[in-house]
Amino acid sequence: MTFHGYLCEVDNPKELVTLSKKVCDSGYTKFDTYSPFPIHGIDKAMGIPASILPWLSLTGCIIGLSVALILQIWTNGIDYKIPLSGKPYISLPAFIPVTFELTILFTAFFTVFGMFALNKLPTWYQPIFNNKSFKKATCSGFFLSISCLDNNFDEIKTHSFLEKAGAKNIERIEEK
Amino acid sequence: MDIINEEIQRVPQVLGKKSFKKVTDIIAKPSESPAPKWWVIGLLGSMSLAALLFSLIGYLIWDGVGVWGLNNPVGWGFAIVNFVFWVGIGHAGTLISAILFLFRQKWRTSINRFAEAMTIFAVICAGIFPGIHVGRIWAAYYLFPIPNSMAMWPNFKSALLWDVFAVSTYFTVSLLFWYVGLIPDLATFRDRATTKVKRFTYGLFALGWNGSNRHWMNYEKAYLILAAIATPLVLSVHSIVSFDFATSNLPGWHTTIFPPYFVAGAVFSGFAMVLTLLIIARKIFKLEDLITIRHLENMNKFILATGTMVGYAYAMEFFMAWYSANQYEAFAFINRAFGPYAWAYWIMVSCNVISPQFFWFKKLRTNIPIMFVISIFVNIGMWFERFVITVTSLHRDFLPSSWDYYIPTWVDIMTFVGSFGLFFTLFLLFLKYLPIISISEVKGVMEIADPHYYDHHTEDKQ
Repeated sequence: MTFHGYLCEVDNPKELVTLSKKVCDSGYTKFDTYSPFPIHGIDKAMGIPASILPWLSLTGCIIGLSVALILQIWTNGIDYKIPLSGKPYISLPAFIPVTFELTILFTAFFTVFGMFALNKLPTWYQPIFNNKSFKKATCSGFFLSISCLDNNFDEIKTHSFLEKAGAKNIERIEEK
Repeated sequence: MDIINEEIQRVPQVLGKKSFKKVTDIIAKPSESPAPKWWVIGLLGSMSLAALLFSLIGYLIWDGVGVWGLNNPVGWGFAIVNFVFWVGIGHAGTLISAILFLFRQKWRTSINRFAEAMTIFAVICAGIFPGIHVGRIWAAYYLFPIPNSMAMWPNFKSALLWDVFAVSTYFTVSLLFWYVGLIPDLATFRDRATTKVKRFTYGLFALGWNGSNRHWMNYEKAYLILAAIATPLVLSVHSIVSFDFATSNLPGWHTTIFPPYFVAGAVFSGFAMVLTLLIIARKIFKLEDLITIRHLENMNKFILATGTMVGYAYAMEFFMAWYSANQYEAFAFINRAFGPYAWAYWIMVSCNVISPQFFWFKKLRTNIPIMFVISIFVNIGMWFERFVITVTSLHRDFLPSSWDYYIPTWVDIMTFVGSFGLFFTLFLLFLKYLPIISISEVKGVMEIADPHYYDHHTEDKQ
């Protein structure tokens, strides 16, 4: 029975924002909140920095652009020259459509798989899924968890802190 | 201006006072109740049509393109018509999910999942036709830049190759966009699952989503970026499809108006298809409170706007035929409206230009039976538009001695009918097994989702 931390519940989005603010202000960093939909303004309350995902997308965009240009210039301009309607072998205007499509394709791949990587998806098993009440998190429940790996974490103090902060149904997250 | 905005925003996205749980219950209901009779019958019917499609494809490959009605001047018949028809239908899905998302049109949330699913299934149907019309199917891999022992590469200056890249990118990006949107809802289904098989299957595809707000941060960013790249993508795809025609030198095809005209037509036909399907699904699944009459009315406004644009394009083509003083161009258009295929031309005009004009009247665009009928007309009209563009331009080409009349064979017609079977098979499976409305997004636009709602509504905690 490994202990992972505490899980607690609140009633609505506003309470979750308030509670995250309290938890964040008390110096906890390894905590998370769970809700069936993204809550407006909770990132500020939790002190999460902005996502770095756009940079990954930009990387994909540049790679896609280069791959498309190299592919077309090499195949049609150098390796296998097709004389066609008086156009030069390397005809950039004629290469625009495929360049555009491949840029988009690579950006999409980097965006989606970048998001998976940042969120560590797929992670099919998580200790938090052992808590029966947590099933509501994807339907109508609003939860907050504090990991025992947090420097400020103390089994008794954190529990009473959460109680005082207005959290309900405080449960232990444990390995089965 | 602010007052007007306020007024618009005040229209609730979800009717009636509903809790988050209630919304989940409504949307999850079809997948949790036993399959209704109409569904089983519909699925069997669609599957037999899909089987017909695949057997006719087998017949085509076995016997060759001679089983189609193509003749000497008309070398492009049903295959290209069906391809453009299906790929055009897909465009409404991306428009609703991406462009309306960027414009913060919150009303899109209850219909976007549905429309995106339609996009994907329509693009699957579309992809079949160019795949099978190559004639020598065993050489179809020439389409892709695959290193081969003949040291040959595809011709990247050809509009047909651009199309291969455009449509395959479009399919892939739409699929990713759809799947990303589905992940949180699949997790909802996983957590509600009553059987082991369901829990495993939904859980597998939900990837272990837990609703963490740290995850939502990245997720929302990803969704925004996907919407931002899908928007130019969808405009490019049908532009490139129109290049298949516009970059040739044939009067009737060789026009610069084609890209915007095709995009408007694609959105027009796609909205009509979404509307047709949505009216039925909304009724069957009792989703009237989530897909309100306002949603349908907004879609009708889109149909009116794009239908009028298409009508403008038809008129502009005639104007250019006259104004260019090019006698071949003029002949192509007079032949289109008064030649042997005049019947197809006038079906197209009545369905696409005249029928959406009824939507100027609020009474008519909020009347469900009327909008259903008009949406069917638009579907028919848009198929005929592609038929008219392809066939009438080809059948009387430069050499009068080779003029001919194109008649599709039964194989042409039944292959097209069969593609509907494939479309509806996929669609019915989607209706039964996946959340047909985006659960997390609908919750996100409800009043009680806004933390500030509780500042002045302290008494009614749900």
